[in-house]
Amino acid sequence: MSDNQISFVRTHMLPEAPPPVAATGVVKWLRENLFSSPANSLLTIVSLYVVIEIVISAAPWFLNGVWDSPSLSACREILDGNVGGCFAVLSERWNQLLFGFKYPSELYWRPGLAFILLFVAGAPLLFFKLFPSKMLIFTGLYPFIAYWLIWGGSLLVPIFALLGVLLGFYVYKRTVFASAGMAVIAGFVAALIFWILSGFISGPMENVLAIEPVPSRDMGGFMINLMLGVVCVSLSVPFGILLALGRQSSMPIIKWICVVFIEFIRGVPLITLLFVANVVLAYFLPPGTAFDLILRVIIMITMFASAYIAEVIRGGLAALPRGQYEAADSLGLDYAQAMQLIILPQALKISIPGIVNVAVGLFKDTTLVSVISMFDIVGMIRGPILASAEWNGVYWELFGFAALLFFVTCYGISQYSQWLERQLQTDHR
Amino acid sequence: MTTVSDPPKASFQLSQLIYDTRYRSYTFQFIALMLLVALMAYLGANLVRNLAEQGQNIAFGFLAEPSGYDINQRPIEYDSQSSHLRASIVGVLNTLIVAFLGCITATIFGVTAGILRLSPNWLVRKLMAVYVEAFRNVPVLIWILIIFTIMTAVLPAPSAFRGDDPDSSMLFGSFAFTNRGVYTPAPIWGPGSVVVVLTFLASIFGVFYYRRYATKLLYDTGKLLPMGWPSLVILFVPTILIYFILGRPIGLDYPALAGFNFQGGIHIRGSLIALWFALAIYTGAFIAENVRAGIQAVSKGQTEAAASLGMRPRRIMNLVILPQALRVIIPPLISQYLNLTKNSSLAIAVGYMDVTGTLGGITLNQTGRAIECVLMLMLFYLTISLAISAVMNVYNNAIALKER
Amino acid sequence: MAAETQMKVSDQVAVEINKMNKWFGAFHVLRDIDLTVYQGERIVIAGPSGSGKSTLIRCINALEEHQKGSITVDGTVLSNDIKNIDRIRSEVGMVFQHFNLFPHLTILENCTLAPIWVRKTPKREAEEIAMHFLEKVKIPEQADKYPGQLSGGQQQRVAIARSLCMKPRIMLFDEPTSALDPEMISEVLDTMIELAEEGMTMLCVTHEMGFARKVANRVIFMDQGQIVEQNEPEEFFNNPQSERTKLFLSQILGH
Repeated sequence: MSDNQISFVRTHMLPEAPPPVAATGVVKWLRENLFSSPANSLLTIVSLYVVIEIVISAAPWFLNGVWDSPSLSACREILDGNVGGCFAVLSERWNQLLFGFKYPSELYWRPGLAFILLFVAGAPLLFFKLFPSKMLIFTGLYPFIAYWLIWGGSLLVPIFALLGVLLGFYVYKRTVFASAGMAVIAGFVAALIFWILSGFISGPMENVLAIEPVPSRDMGGFMINLMLGVVCVSLSVPFGILLALGRQSSMPIIKWICVVFIEFIRGVPLITLLFVANVVLAYFLPPGTAFDLILRVIIMITMFASAYIAEVIRGGLAALPRGQYEAADSLGLDYAQAMQLIILPQALKISIPGIVNVAVGLFKDTTLVSVISMFDIVGMIRGPILASAEWNGVYWELFGFAALLFFVTCYGISQYSQWLERQLQTDHR
Repeated sequence: MTTVSDPPKASFQLSQLIYDTRYRSYTFQFIALMLLVALMAYLGANLVRNLAEQGQNIAFGFLAEPSGYDINQRPIEYDSQSSHLRASIVGVLNTLIVAFLGCITATIFGVTAGILRLSPNWLVRKLMAVYVEAFRNVPVLIWILIIFTIMTAVLPAPSAFRGDDPDSSMLFGSFAFTNRGVYTPAPIWGPGSVVVVLTFLASIFGVFYYRRYATKLLYDTGKLLPMGWPSLVILFVPTILIYFILGRPIGLDYPALAGFNFQGGIHIRGSLIALWFALAIYTGAFIAENVRAGIQAVSKGQTEAAASLGMRPRRIMNLVILPQALRVIIPPLISQYLNLTKNSSLAIAVGYMDVTGTLGGITLNQTGRAIECVLMLMLFYLTISLAISAVMNVYNNAIALKER
Repeated sequence: MAAETQMKVSDQVAVEINKMNKWFGAFHVLRDIDLTVYQGERIVIAGPSGSGKSTLIRCINALEEHQKGSITVDGTVLSNDIKNIDRIRSEVGMVFQHFNLFPHLTILENCTLAPIWVRKTPKREAEEIAMHFLEKVKIPEQADKYPGQLSGGQQQRVAIARSLCMKPRIMLFDEPTSALDPEMISEVLDTMIELAEEGMTMLCVTHEMGFARKVANRVIFMDQGQIVEQNEPEEFFNNPQSERTKLFLSQILGH
């Protein structure tokens, strides 16, 4: 091509060519990632030293671990002066760690079954693409089944509770076309009336279709952490939505009620709310009402979580472009319709990572109930197990086990949420 | 054609309460207010009845009564004859101490880990990821208990430091890590020490002044002075010179074994260290994520734009990336400080006497004044939260103004 | 061309605006607006940005509340009564600059949502109506996709179809082509021209002067919240009266 010639027409298209052979292999990777500069090399060597040091000192503790021994002293005898963990405490006290020390041992299968069913119920919700949506029916039934399995008693109680929900839903469906806002209220009122009426029937018939009841105070161990986590998170999402909508409202009184509630709850530590559940709440209930501690704790933790979830959802609502509200308005949808059909489905989707974060935080915070002398897994370790003559002094194995349980659960949930975020991102493109 | 004017002023109808946009919101707000009042009245009536039934009342007179219990870590004068109010104040100060120490340490951990997570070094990056994930996904209460266990069950008793060939020895001859806590040297302020301190403070101002002068020189004449090593020289050299010229006025009181325990120096209890360190390392993991996200949030385009103007990587970081990243980092950082302060209420699990331990713990149990104690406790934390939110709002507004 | 599309305009009033005023805080956005729109008219509203033209048509749909004067749509006075507001909104369709489709619903669901929930049309019937209008805007094959999968021009045509599904008597267009890539503008304008030819009453805020010349039977020029000039397109473009109009036309037609 000469210099002064500008016009050019390509006659042959160039074929696709392979890239030049790149320098690949282990050596290049090492050089780029670990030894790219003197400072970097130094960092690598120091980190390697630390890692090797930790592995060398921790390995014998795991390798020499004793898994079968009745007590710490027996375990020390077996170890015979060597370094090693007494993991026997885990196998020995396994049931206590999971179920507490009072739950009848012949009934362990019931919470166990409820735990397994949790996965069956959760799967269609969490992996909605892989499972038929009919399985969601079981998810809907699960709370009632799980309640019956864990607490026992007459089957009528969960059945009536379920019927109340179904009735409320039916009323909602029938009235939703007339007014979406009134339908929510009507459905709720219908369910409430049904529950109150059914109380008169299930009260005297408490032995019908009954399995052995277990009182709340007999529950303990990791079971309590899971129960509180699952129950409070599921309850707090609807309350959180209401609070968020209230805080976004243009009506000042409703807005300020929600703001004060949210900011108050977010401003105090969970422990103080647990104190309220433990020693204060009873003062505000009618004399003679005996709420058990678990129920009071559930109420307070749900309030706590709702405030945080409300803030997450408020962020989701704020992230929606104003055009979505305007389009819904210009089509003639009323407030309740616009919220249910347009705004909330989108806002909730944006809020999923935030809600999962709150859920993980809340699940970790369920260990705080040990402070008000409930025997969750931390309470069990610090109380009955470490105080027993056999296992006084086994710290690492127990705390390590509890930490591992929480790590697996929480890390799993947060990985799931990241996966879900990617799923939803690619979804609508 | 109808003459069109303002909407006809028809007589007021009841249905307008629901269907007229002007009254509709008042109707709903009125209903909400009534429901709220009804709920309050119900709870209030229950409270009055319950109190009457148990012969109790709501009163704060108990705060003036002697507390009758001891607090081992007390920043101000306190003994068992002091009032409950004074016990609460000790608790408040203890909370503030651990929160302050925790926030500083957590920032150091978090910023270091956050920056290292973006390091080009693969191993360092992975190690920091392990740190962040391990600490974020395990309850802080478990970490507090684990570190407390190290402090009380693993560290040697003071008696192990005794004898000619002791099992344990003091670090640098001045720090003793025992199961009763950590003993460190305490400074003794001799005559003239004020001058040393003042010199040091003046040096700090000197550094700022020097950097401003250097920037001004750059702007005025285009001459760039070195910034790094002169700052260090200004910061330390005058202070050290004065210190020796005045004949070393600041001494150290070293802890020494006396009888069964260490005497002298500063005694930091294991419970404080466990709480402080656990809160710092736990919150640090969250801060690390904020720092990483903040730096990554500054778009790659900014780096490329700065590079295309011929800036060097370090200048790009200092002049372009950090100023923008800080705006992203600081708001979540402040809310992490708030979380740390609230989590410090877990002190009650290791027996550190913060305000939850004194007012919400022993005072509550001794006097049985549950409502009053819990109310005061909540108000204390609420005040701190609101104060921190106020600071955050001021900061956010300042930022918003600059962006205009 | 203009003569071909010129249609008979009835003397039935569609929208009547009388001495309407609106403020944003202390800012007087609309000042003494008087405007009568007859059934079947195609009106193009032009003007510099910030002149209040978007606000004017948003007031007709009650997206913004006017503070003085009156707006009457099809005999219904726009008052504070939400039943009136609902009635007017179901008579008036609106197309936005940024489409404002609902991203979580398919194209078909976007179109059937309001007929089902507001008009209480049975679902199957609503879907038939929706398909009819999607064919009209020439994208029936996209019915099961999500808005994010469509190009800007396609999305805007869906937005038009969505409004038409409510069988409105009046259509408002708020800068419908301003957010589009140049090559997609014509497909949206074609749809709008087709609509105009069928006799739909239209109020369009737009900078597309070609469109105005072709279909409008009246062009309104607004500046500083007031109607400065209105005329038939031929007269408006060839013989503008006001200095402001001349300046504006020279700016946008200057190249």
